[in-house]
Amino acid sequence: MMRKTLGLGVCAILATLSSAAFAEGKIVISNWDGYMPKELLENFTKETGIAAEMTVHATNEEIMGKVVASGGKGYDVLFVSGQFGEALHKLGLAAELDHGNMPNLANLYPEAMKLSHDEGLKYSVPYAWGTTGLCYRSDVVTTAPSSWNDLLKPADALKGKTTMLATDRWLMMPALLALGYSINTVKEDEIAAAKAQLIETKKTLLTYDDTTFYQKLVSGEASMVEAWDGWCNYGIAENAQIKYVIPKEGSDMWVDTMVVTSASENKAAAEAFINYVLKPDVHRWVAENILYKVPNKAAMDALDPKLIEQYPNLALSPAELLKFEQLRDLGEGQKLWSKTVTEITSAN
Amino acid sequence: MVVSRRIVLTGPGIAWIMALLVIPCALLLVNSLFERGIYGGIDYVFTVENYVRAIDPLYGEIFWNSARVAGITTLISLALGYPAAYCIALMPKRRQMAFLILVMLPLWSNYLIRTYAWMVLLNGEGLINRSLIGLGLIEAPLPLLYNDFAIIVGLTYAYVPFMILALFSSISKLAPELREASTDLGASPLMTFWRVTFPLTLPGIAAGCVFVFVLSIGNFVTPDLLGGGKRTMIGNLIYDQFLTARDWPFGSAIAAIVIFIMMALLTLQAVLVNRRGRDETTA
Repeated sequence: MMRKTLGLGVCAILATLSSAAFAEGKIVISNWDGYMPKELLENFTKETGIAAEMTVHATNEEIMGKVVASGGKGYDVLFVSGQFGEALHKLGLAAELDHGNMPNLANLYPEAMKLSHDEGLKYSVPYAWGTTGLCYRSDVVTTAPSSWNDLLKPADALKGKTTMLATDRWLMMPALLALGYSINTVKEDEIAAAKAQLIETKKTLLTYDDTTFYQKLVSGEASMVEAWDGWCNYGIAENAQIKYVIPKEGSDMWVDTMVVTSASENKAAAEAFINYVLKPDVHRWVAENILYKVPNKAAMDALDPKLIEQYPNLALSPAELLKFEQLRDLGEGQKLWSKTVTEITSAN
Repeated sequence: MVVSRRIVLTGPGIAWIMALLVIPCALLLVNSLFERGIYGGIDYVFTVENYVRAIDPLYGEIFWNSARVAGITTLISLALGYPAAYCIALMPKRRQMAFLILVMLPLWSNYLIRTYAWMVLLNGEGLINRSLIGLGLIEAPLPLLYNDFAIIVGLTYAYVPFMILALFSSISKLAPELREASTDLGASPLMTFWRVTFPLTLPGIAAGCVFVFVLSIGNFVTPDLLGGGKRTMIGNLIYDQFLTARDWPFGSAIAAIVIFIMMALLTLQAVLVNRRGRDETTA
């Protein structure tokens, strides 16, 4: 008797789980938490009649793990960085997009169609893009930084007052750029040279930090941090003395994209969602909400000029942005990278 | 009849352990013997390469450093936890419950929030440094955060309740007559503690130390936040293989090795405690 009840209970739990994940006609979207205005899905459903559900992931790697493990079942649209869209495509987990279902693609900058990870946007559509640079307190750092070496070999006054990003690609990037190498290099001697510099730099760092670096600037714990431009904007919003600069050696050009899973059973509805995001007023609203540049010309042209005045990095033109190299999936080179990063973060 | 009742009673427990412990560990072991796909995921090609890669002084050093941090945490937890557990065990029964609830109270709030609270306290612009500067005791902020010190503080804070609970259950079982007998026979309080109380509570000490050590060595949140990501512990290494490098087979291999070492240590502990128990009954 007891076992029977237990069995029934398990069945009931399984039934609830599967009905939640595979509700008919509903699309499931996974995005970073806080990377989209809260009411966007509601408005989308109101306008199109398509029901949509939002789930969140903390990192690219987290959603990659889920999608690789499940073959993408249960998800329709994924927000991932370009190099992860590339990996999803190579794994056969990203659907080929039907541009006929997305007339609003015409609103994108022509440059946005020429992304190196996906020329012609065959399987991914850019959502936001930008740079990685130095975010600093102009009231503390009196001479404005201009080079990645200002972070890698900080002046005495800045020692213990700087942070670098913790994720492998951005942890290595400042040294690779300062040494004049590709940010996607897998050459052992170049990686070794960058490693040697970064182990030296580690001694001067306050922390490696991916999430609270701008708060450290606001509180005064840090004076200069490696930052994504949009996150630096969150700091600027709290303290107008915070400024952002792209060092002279350059930056990466990162792109966050929307990808439809090949497992999606509602591909047309998923494309309708992407098309909705690309509407000029929707995508402009996104930019104003998340303070990141969007690759949508119609949306950026309509952006409130006051906002650009407050956050000057929003004004960077697509032509300037495209001068920078885009991060690409490292393939087999990932093993060398992750060992190198472990060597740096465990060095004394 | 007896057999069927036994199955009914142990069934759920065994099913639970199978589903949540044995099967995941077996999967881990299986995964560790395959190759990483070029774009992440697993290529089902048999290889022992992951174990060959794991036998590298780099990872040995990380394991050693993690064991050191976890070991110091365990010793401090024992030093703090033993007197606390001892005091609670000597209290009248109705007050014991109140104090045990106080010990467990912090566990009711989220681990991450409690860790962030330490960051607020310890950082260069934080409460402790600001107060000390305000009192004129120091001129520049002390480096309290983003180092091994902060990691050990955070881990000790988090896991000392487990030590206290393990010790309490051991100390409270101790018959007060034994201590009285020792005193009557002329032993000083220190001698009584060292020759009677301490040896008899060794199983509790061992259990508490294993709890704290195992929880500490696998932790990755505290080194990341309080250590500022500048100290890679074994938990971070495994976490990074799964969630940054997307190298599940290699992450599985490291995890399998750690599980193996931990099981060896736990077996050793069990054998020692058993032998002690036998010695005492035969003595």
